[in-house]
Amino acid sequence: MVSVCFYFQVHQPYRIRNYSVFDIGNNNQYWFNDKNKQIMEKVAKKCYIPTNKVFLNHLRNNPEFKISYSFSGVVLDQFEEYAPDVLRSFQDLVDTGQVEVLDETYYHSLAYLYSKDEFKAQVKLHNKKVKDLFGYSPSVFRNTELVYNNELAKFVEDMGYKGILAEGADHILGWRSPNFLYRPVTCNNIKLLLKNYKLSDDIAFRFSNKGWNEHPLTAPKFAKWVNQTNGNGNVVNLFMDYETFGEHQWEDTGIFKFLEAMPHELLKHPDNKFITPSEAVKSFEPVSDLDIHNIISWADIERDLSAWLGNSMQQSAATKIYQIEKRVKELNDPKLLEDWRKLQTSDHFYYMCTKWFADGDVHRYFNPYESPYDGFIAFMNILNDMHKRIAPPIPA
Amino acid sequence: MFGWEFPPMSSGGLGTACYGLTKGLSQHGIGVTFVMPYVSEGVDAEFVKLLPANTAQKIKMVGVDSPLHAYITSSEYQEFLLTYKKTGKQNKLYGHNLFEEVYRFSMKAALIAQHEQFDVIHCHDWMTYEAGIRAREASGKPMVIHVHATDFDRTGGNVNQLVYDIEKRGMHAADMIIAVSQFTKNKIVEHYGINPDKVTVVHNAVTQEEKPRFHINKHDKIVLFLGRITLQKGPDYFIEAARKCLEFDPNIRFVIAGTGDMEGQIIQRAAEYGIGDKVLFAGFVKDEDLDRMYQLADVYVMPSVSEPFGITPLEAMKNGTPCIISKQSGVSEVITHCLKVDFWDINQLVDKILSVLKHEELHHALKEHGALEIKNFTWREPAGKCVDVYKKAIAGG
Repeated sequence: MVSVCFYFQVHQPYRIRNYSVFDIGNNNQYWFNDKNKQIMEKVAKKCYIPTNKVFLNHLRNNPEFKISYSFSGVVLDQFEEYAPDVLRSFQDLVDTGQVEVLDETYYHSLAYLYSKDEFKAQVKLHNKKVKDLFGYSPSVFRNTELVYNNELAKFVEDMGYKGILAEGADHILGWRSPNFLYRPVTCNNIKLLLKNYKLSDDIAFRFSNKGWNEHPLTAPKFAKWVNQTNGNGNVVNLFMDYETFGEHQWEDTGIFKFLEAMPHELLKHPDNKFITPSEAVKSFEPVSDLDIHNIISWADIERDLSAWLGNSMQQSAATKIYQIEKRVKELNDPKLLEDWRKLQTSDHFYYMCTKWFADGDVHRYFNPYESPYDGFIAFMNILNDMHKRIAPPIPA
Repeated sequence: MFGWEFPPMSSGGLGTACYGLTKGLSQHGIGVTFVMPYVSEGVDAEFVKLLPANTAQKIKMVGVDSPLHAYITSSEYQEFLLTYKKTGKQNKLYGHNLFEEVYRFSMKAALIAQHEQFDVIHCHDWMTYEAGIRAREASGKPMVIHVHATDFDRTGGNVNQLVYDIEKRGMHAADMIIAVSQFTKNKIVEHYGINPDKVTVVHNAVTQEEKPRFHINKHDKIVLFLGRITLQKGPDYFIEAARKCLEFDPNIRFVIAGTGDMEGQIIQRAAEYGIGDKVLFAGFVKDEDLDRMYQLADVYVMPSVSEPFGITPLEAMKNGTPCIISKQSGVSEVITHCLKVDFWDINQLVDKILSVLKHEELHHALKEHGALEIKNFTWREPAGKCVDVYKKAIAGG
């Protein structure tokens, strides 16, 4: 018996505009509104709308089909602002009762690494937003980019979550399989679901790769691979960016045809079923403890933080944004607080990544800057302006 | 190979490129006879046979009384004369005007072509195109021309009709053309009516010797401009940027290293803006002083209006100096670890200069990544591409 657990990440950052030294102290218009709107409209057209249509069809015709999503708060805000029809179509999906929504940090941030208070605040904001839009309070948590370790699992458990997601990285698992639930070594109750990165990446990254010896990937072939885990696992966790469908893999790769055929192919095997993360948590017991001391993520080959905090520019920008937390919160200015939080979105740091040569194409995706250096310059100029905003008034 | 300059006797990137390329060709087992108007003392390159045209036998020097005199406005040539005067080696060959030189050089080229053994003719820039054409006629060997710059780059579009005609004639006569960038290839195709299939892009590289590290003792942040002070190199954009930067931080120093026809104008402009004490003119810098100059700088700026390639950023990166370069350059096609601006966007240039000076992390990242990136630019690879072009030319295009 093997259950297939789909979780899709839906996120778009508020990209910052080319804020220059001439803007500092003169305006607080940090956000690249035109570009954000334009990208949202493009992704809606190529990915969100057509993919939601395929899934809605499956959900209505097949009560056994189940999927789950995690939406960043900032993508939900942008749906409301730029693409209300997309938000409605996601609400339609959730309304079927076969779709689960997970919690994350509202601003898709790395806050946990810098400020536990801020992390908690953002998770609460997110929980409320999901409740407001989907009438639903998530019980499973996934952190930004699947950033995870023992300590984080404990913190999230203490916040009341029943399940948490992480990358099934080889260097963590060794001989063990990602197709079981585990218990974080620091925890009592919370259960850990691990991404089956091989099968996930077959869809997310390799699907259209003509140099791959399994190309083209068809639904029957994929179902066969999933079936092979029968007898060696409880749940196959397929975690990926939602933009895989129609954006990373364009329509002409056949990705939508694959999606249309996939549930039916998987259910041909009598032992297969679909499951959501919270159902998995209820259905299965952990097979063992898992000790993950060092931080892991789902990014790049390294599966660590190097995509966001790998170079000195990234580290400095991130450290500096959290250095002003206390002062920003003291001032009790909602606009200031929101600007500060939007600057925490991990994408800003991702754009400053310089390990281009191997992982280049993924990093360039939706990147508004020509180079990581330009990203850093604009960010630091904004930070400079923030400093002016929070500076105590000069006594007369 | 016909060229106009060869280190140490060179006033710019052309000589440096010829040196690197011939060295790279030698690694592919290609022997080069390098013919130039005059070979000075101190040239040391065992991998190439240097042949001065002025010592070629049986050449009757013909004084050319030509109407070309009327058009001599080429600041390039003035620059040559200036440079050679400074080095104290007044050269007998160089005549009263550049076109006369070009003509004499081409006459000798035909003679040399009859005496030397070779398989292909390789000409560098317009001054040698006529020589190539004559050598081709005399020997029947194919001719490849290497475009390091066009007159559109040098003059900002106000082309000298005579130079243009020579360029165009050379490009059309050539069996194959090598362009130093896609940027230059586009110009060749658009402005000279050349079939793009005939043009191969071969980017320049840098020699990989270790740079001596100098002990630099200084207090102020330094922004460097290094190149000829002429329209093509955008010194006026540099001075405008300097003025604005100084409004943010009066402690920055701007160094302009080079000479050129706009020097007076730029000095005057600095005085006019009241920043004469912040903008320092270093004159023409060469050899070791070049490395010292790059290392002295906290950031190197190349604001060229039209730069076919632009080898100076590579030299700066080798010396560990972060670069800000014009997007209107060939070199911006090949390097990633630098900052790029449109030459006309002075505010963007100012933003980037101030950022590099202010943020140590940014300076550090550019320096470290740049030094690594530069290691990929060896002359062996472009030389290999030239060999492929030779093969095609010999096979009949």
